Amino acid sequence: MKRFLPLMVTFFIGIIVISSEFIPHKPFSSINAGLENWFLIISGFAILLGQISLIKVNSNKVYIKAENWQYYLIGLISFGVMVLCGILWGTQDANGILGSHVDLSKWLGSKPFVYLFDNVYQHLSSTMFALLAFFIASAAYRAFIMRSFESNLLMIAAVVVMLGRTTIGTSFTAWLPQGWRFLHLPDVANFVMNYPTNAAQRAIMISAALGIVGSSLRILLGIERSYLGGGD
Amino acid sequence: MSTPKTSKPIDRRYIFLILLIGVALPLIFPLGFKSEVSDISRQVYQLIENTPENSIMLMSFDYDPATNTELQPMAKAIIEHAFRRNHKIIAVALWPQGVQMADQAFEYILEKYPDKKYGIDYVNMGFKTGGMVTIQAMGRNIKDVLPKDTKNTPFEEIELLRNVRNYKQIAYVISLSAGDPGLKQYVMAAHDMYKVKVSGGTTAVSTPGFIPYINDQNQLYGLLGGLKGAAEYESMIKVKGTATSGMDAQSVAHILIILFIVMGNIRAFKDKNQKA
Amino acid sequence: MSQFMTTFGIWLGAFFTISIFSFLYKDNPFYKLAEQIFVGLSAGYWFIYTIYSILIPNLFGKILSDFNSNIMLLIPALLGMMMLIRLIPKLEWISRYPIALVIGTSAGISMLRYTQSDVLSQVAATMINPLGMNTIGEKIGSFILIIGTVCVIMYFYFSRKQEGILGATSKFGIWFLMISFGASFGYTVMARISLLIGRLQFLLGDWLHIIKP
Repeated sequence: MKRFLPLMVTFFIGIIVISSEFIPHKPFSSINAGLENWFLIISGFAILLGQISLIKVNSNKVYIKAENWQYYLIGLISFGVMVLCGILWGTQDANGILGSHVDLSKWLGSKPFVYLFDNVYQHLSSTMFALLAFFIASAAYRAFIMRSFESNLLMIAAVVVMLGRTTIGTSFTAWLPQGWRFLHLPDVANFVMNYPTNAAQRAIMISAALGIVGSSLRILLGIERSYLGGGD
Repeated sequence: MSTPKTSKPIDRRYIFLILLIGVALPLIFPLGFKSEVSDISRQVYQLIENTPENSIMLMSFDYDPATNTELQPMAKAIIEHAFRRNHKIIAVALWPQGVQMADQAFEYILEKYPDKKYGIDYVNMGFKTGGMVTIQAMGRNIKDVLPKDTKNTPFEEIELLRNVRNYKQIAYVISLSAGDPGLKQYVMAAHDMYKVKVSGGTTAVSTPGFIPYINDQNQLYGLLGGLKGAAEYESMIKVKGTATSGMDAQSVAHILIILFIVMGNIRAFKDKNQKA
Repeated sequence: MSQFMTTFGIWLGAFFTISIFSFLYKDNPFYKLAEQIFVGLSAGYWFIYTIYSILIPNLFGKILSDFNSNIMLLIPALLGMMMLIRLIPKLEWISRYPIALVIGTSAGISMLRYTQSDVLSQVAATMINPLGMNTIGEKIGSFILIIGTVCVIMYFYFSRKQEGILGATSKFGIWFLMISFGASFGYTVMARISLLIGRLQFLLGDWLHIIKP
């Protein structure tokens, strides 16, 4: 029963959502509108659940003094500081429980929450992903090897796009006479993007969508139940 | 038994160093190569340029600082263009960090356009989760989804939103998107369901996946792809921003990557010959 | 003081940027420290914005300002609380109800939207007349687009052994996929380099003032 009822809820909700597409009148339309707003609110709680779970896992690592527990502790403190700043003094526009605290904002140049975002979080986030630039360069040297006709195609397309989508690539072939303009690198890159790449991406899109439709049906019909988790 | 000798690959830290220098030098000493504008970028420009003055646009900031370099110059350029055309902007974010990115972009542009007023010319309605479901819900009743702005002002007290009920009052939607939820969901729910014009920009990584939407069904009105797309937009509105100044470094880095590929292949070819 | 704090903020940003870049040499305590601060601040940021941007305006604000009109919102509030009960392992089953609602709504909407946008519209967009195009390039390109789309879809058809006509077309489909992956690689390089450019623009501009920020 603990699994059967939720499965029925999924089925009926799915049927209502689908029905409202084809019968856009009451009661389906109004139930659907209500569901959409509920979805937004429940998703909000789901985000909170995610954050609390993360804190729970990290706290446990600190509690049992797992390897590198000191760093997890710093992570927890960072979380606490960010949340505290947000609750006490608010975000850029919204006030916290202590109001906007103009003096503190004047001293820092912005609210503490925004100061942390602008000067710490933003840089950490950008740099974390910027690391990938180095790894892709290393991968280009080690792994991008011509071994077959297919890998040659892959490499030619990559080189054409890399050159065609930069300013230097444009200047390489800018001298070409009008009759040979079809070989102008940006135009070749555009052709590669607009036709063969478009074709493959479209086919992937259609195939993936059919897969998503199939999975959705499996969920609504109760064949796929893994989202309910283990247990009874 | 002796194993065939293979050449030793370069320590990857040298590759890192070469790339770092290769990107830094053109930033310090710009080369000044000219960029060409692609058709798909021009479509985005034309959508804004050809929309009548005083129209309302919904601008969705669906990214975080990780992709700031690519998408923030697009945000600034599009806001500037929209302000020049006297379009009114409703900013929302499907990513929580998008709220802050929107604030930063508006703050930057307001230095150039100090006469633009919050609540009249633009408004920030904050972060909403729910992705496609939320976008679909806005098509029924925007106020239900966005009851207050980030300053906690109720929807009905914001002058810009006085006559806004759903997508019918929105001339076009721009989504700057670093992944899901983002532009794809706007195409699916806002355009394909409510027929509002949708355009926007994405990180270069996701650009190829959006090309099929630019079709005769007009699912997507053009697309700005990565830093190049942002630089193209800056050149169309005749502004020299961070995207334009980064394009030389981008070019040199691409040449370096191609050189790394060539070097890697020469090494692999040599190894193959030695083994044979 | 504000000027000092602004400068301090830039130095803080530079410190964390270099701490993360230090990983390129090898893993070290500075990187680990920066990594965990990133995780902590990120979780804190999500937490605060979920409360300020969703739960207050869309739930508590509405209920408190006009209880009678928004009495139905008590249901998602209750379901949300049931979601949080997932944290107690013994009562985990209670959270299945809000999850069922969320999954049911998403599955229903996804089915409809993906069918319309990614199947029907894409099939319609492929039904073009290449001979009606303006230039020779567009004519050739349109043929490639139609043939490529069909061939790649054939490649993804796994219900029959890929031999004969199916094998030949799917082989052709692989070539299109390879070109597409190559283009995607090019764009991925572009994206990653852009992020590095952004970091160097900060370090060389805002921090070291070597270039104009």
